[in-house]
Amino acid sequence: MNETNPVNKDATASSLKMLQAMVGIGIFCALMIVLAFEGTMPRIEQNKAEALEKAIFKVIPGMETKKTFKLGPDNSFVPVDGKSKADQLVYAGYDQNGKLVGVAVEASGLGFADVLRVLYGYDPETQKIIGFYVLESKETPGLGDKIEKDPGFQSNFSGLDVSLTEDQSALKNQPVTVKHGAKENPWEIDGITGATISSRAVGNIMGTSTEFWVPLIHKNKETFMVSKTEQ
Amino acid sequence: MGNQTKDNKGFLASLKDSPSTDDFIKGLWRENPVFVQVLGMCPTLAVSNTAINAFAMGLATTFVLLMSNMLVSSLRNFIPKQVRIASYILIIASFVTVTDYVIQAISIDLHKSLGAFISLIVVNCVILGRAEAFASKNTVGRSFMDGLGMGLGFTFGLFCLGAVRELLGNGTIFGFPFFPSNFQEWIVMILPAGGFFTLAIWLLVFNALKEKRAKA
Repeated sequence: MNETNPVNKDATASSLKMLQAMVGIGIFCALMIVLAFEGTMPRIEQNKAEALEKAIFKVIPGMETKKTFKLGPDNSFVPVDGKSKADQLVYAGYDQNGKLVGVAVEASGLGFADVLRVLYGYDPETQKIIGFYVLESKETPGLGDKIEKDPGFQSNFSGLDVSLTEDQSALKNQPVTVKHGAKENPWEIDGITGATISSRAVGNIMGTSTEFWVPLIHKNKETFMVSKTEQ
Repeated sequence: MGNQTKDNKGFLASLKDSPSTDDFIKGLWRENPVFVQVLGMCPTLAVSNTAINAFAMGLATTFVLLMSNMLVSSLRNFIPKQVRIASYILIIASFVTVTDYVIQAISIDLHKSLGAFISLIVVNCVILGRAEAFASKNTVGRSFMDGLGMGLGFTFGLFCLGAVRELLGNGTIFGFPFFPSNFQEWIVMILPAGGFFTLAIWLLVFNALKEKRAKA
């Protein structure tokens, strides 16, 4: 700065300059971010929807068409448009004859690192879990992320027992993760050595979620069975 | 402005001759951010667990580095000294946010595997370092070359780590199997510790090469 100037004048001048620079850059950057956000949003939404769609087809083997349902206030399910943003959605999958093959449900809970979001398929006919897919996880690469890749662990979910009690109001046995190799009952999930916490987290998520959803879905089985759907 | 440019030329001429190609080359090799400056270690160690992650992270960083270098250098006479770091961070953070959206738009899976490290490009000291040490004192053209060189040098460094770690830790390269199926993966290479080992070995190789050349 110029030292011959009086100190006061110099200070105000440079404050103004600082303010100008910061505000100017701020406005410019804000504009840039808004543009990028607006520009990429349709693609991002589409990508996310596609990822979910793919996952739904993965967790319900043999499905051809899907229909989205929303849980209504009176514990019944109403069909909604596939793009609705309402909270509690389940996705019913049908084969080419329009027969219900399963219902996909999204569940989430705390994993070893951050929230785990999973999707599983439930078959009301056999009262079993028929598929499982991790939508979002930040589990340790190489250890915790085995819940996504380990074929042994994945095979737990092709026929995990979630049958209901006599009065159909609750599960006979909640799914639970047991130590690797200790699985004895059809409702137990064989854990992964080296991914104990992550595989237990999956057990907890599945336990809580099925406890809530399976009796509801079972009660409303007829709603889902309406054959031939628009989409 | 004319005055400043002259000053810079005088200052830099004492360092090195032909400008723009040298600005580019030095980032790739002589002043490589990973192997020579050892800057930006957080993403270097964390996201170099597979070759594709390392590559994507390197490109994302290159883009941010390039854009921020250009903007900082074009605004270098407008930003007062006292608020320069705040301004640089603001500029860098905005470009990182843009990059984050773009990566999500390209591939959700890629975004998933890079995780929180995209947002952490903001605090990558390579970028702030170049803005402060180079872009704030040089013309847009030279800053562009510098950003490109440093960015690609960073990508190259990350890729060296990522390829080795994926090969040993997962038995694959770019997701394709490389070893016969009975190959026992070295899980440790995928974990953070493996990053340190690999980096140490690469640094050893680089320094050995440098020493050899110095002797010759």
